Amino acid sequence: MTEKILTTEDIAEIEKLYQHFPIKSAACIEGLKIIQKNHRWVSDQAVKELAELLSMSPAAIDSVATYYNLIFRRPVGRNVILVCDSVSCWIMGCEKILERLKSKLGIAYGETTIEDRFTLLSVSCLGTCDHAPAIMINEDLHRDLTVDKLDEILDSYK
Amino acid sequence: MNNMDKPLTQHIKNDGTWLTLREYEKVGGYQALKKALQSEPKDIIKMVKDAGLKGRGGAGFSTGTKWGLIHEDPDTSITRYFVANADEMEPGSFKDRFLLEGNPHQLIEGLIIGAYAIQASFSYIFLRWAYHHAGKAITQSIQEAYAAGYLGKNIAGSNFSLELSLHISVGRYMCGEETALLNALEGKRANPRAKPPYPSDSGLFGKPTIVNNVETLCNVPNIIMNGADWFVKLSKTGEGGTKLYGASGRVKKPGLWELPLGTSLRELLEVHAGGMSDGYRFKGVLPGGGSTDFLVEEHLDVAMDYASVMKIGSRLGTGTIIVLDDKTCPVGMVHNLEKFFAHESCGWCTPCREGLPWTAKILNSLEQGNGKKDDINILTFQTHYMAPGNTFCALAPGAMEPLQSALKYFKEDFENHIDQHKCPWK
Repeated sequence: MTEKILTTEDIAEIEKLYQHFPIKSAACIEGLKIIQKNHRWVSDQAVKELAELLSMSPAAIDSVATYYNLIFRRPVGRNVILVCDSVSCWIMGCEKILERLKSKLGIAYGETTIEDRFTLLSVSCLGTCDHAPAIMINEDLHRDLTVDKLDEILDSYK
Repeated sequence: MNNMDKPLTQHIKNDGTWLTLREYEKVGGYQALKKALQSEPKDIIKMVKDAGLKGRGGAGFSTGTKWGLIHEDPDTSITRYFVANADEMEPGSFKDRFLLEGNPHQLIEGLIIGAYAIQASFSYIFLRWAYHHAGKAITQSIQEAYAAGYLGKNIAGSNFSLELSLHISVGRYMCGEETALLNALEGKRANPRAKPPYPSDSGLFGKPTIVNNVETLCNVPNIIMNGADWFVKLSKTGEGGTKLYGASGRVKKPGLWELPLGTSLRELLEVHAGGMSDGYRFKGVLPGGGSTDFLVEEHLDVAMDYASVMKIGSRLGTGTIIVLDDKTCPVGMVHNLEKFFAHESCGWCTPCREGLPWTAKILNSLEQGNGKKDDINILTFQTHYMAPGNTFCALAPGAMEPLQSALKYFKEDFENHIDQHKCPWK
């Protein structure tokens, strides 16, 4: 028998949420967010368990999980770097920032450094275009970036 | 101190903190709600309609007319929903962030008034995931509003009751489209829905629902306090109100400014944005986010309001301009945009799902020096293939706007890519 992923606390948190909605399945996105918050990513097993909890099929859960950009269906590191590559950041030179990140960390988009320190991903417009280029690490926004500033910023994430 | 030329932003501090409930009340906050609760809902709808307030999310539909679509249904057992769309994801747009982070109570007050006008009993703020600071501001403000009796049962001693909940999205451009947003709120994939029925008839969980943009709702308390005539006179061209305009790209002072609706594009660019950065020349501009048509030098004197920008073949959109300079490749810029739209397409309808990646691929091959003579024809074909009416929602037609106008104004640059077998900017 496969070991369960969702803890009693996860389940309590999700159950508390779906009472707020007229139908159970409406808590699907919130459920995925709770799993990701507590486990960093959403595994196949977690999808199955959430499906059971919300009386949905795993396929229905997965169609939602894979739709949204920020639900991670593969393991990610302790720190997730989101590089804005939308139009204003592109004009202001986000490609140089990305090149520097790739060479410094030795990874490409979608990859994680050894020992799980950083995962590198692209993200759609972060909505801070007057301070382009910008990246987001976890919940922190770093704006008006230059290649020179990157080392210091990365050093502050362990 | 009140600065009535800038009603939306007059109280916003510049220290990274938002107005607490106490601070907001001190500058007259929630007075409009109390006033509104003394009026009939239909009179509020009329006032907002007379003010000429148009949807600030980009579509520019009359807010009062939208509210008026809700049937005056005597059946109070049917829940009605009111939703604030704070899913700001249009590339190059950053205006709602400023209002959310600086004065969340202004939005909440506008939302409660809107909910009262349509007699909703449940409401949501749908916030994009990346706005963490705004999320904190809204969470705290909702708690304060409940504690003060502006939310919950019998608001401010009236018979009106309203619940408000914050939904933080997990990232998808499609969620900005109102019917897709409703699907996301129901926990589903954010595919758009067929219209009709419109959300005012069958919206969230099949119930009558109104969805309004953040900036739109932030205008509502001021309209209630100062009247429709006052609001109309704020603008330069009679469309009503001020607008949060912004600029990004190679300009001296990128930023955001609240100005009379109808301020000229030239004033935005040359005065407020400080003109082009040293060493860069103006080549073109997307006037209202990534899904609007390019404008060029000859258009700079246009009044930035809904009708005037439409007249010259583009859209006011979000009012945040993205400037293209002479050292940036227009084909590369359009490629960047089409890649974004291809990625964000929900895949529901064929023209968008297949056409956008095809378009992005061709633009990429032009950039890589592999362009063929026929590519310009194929790109032109795509702009017709994904024109309004051929797709399920407005995403793909929006995506075609920068492409069709780039083909019009920068055709030579497309041809140069093909003739020279390389991007001339690289």
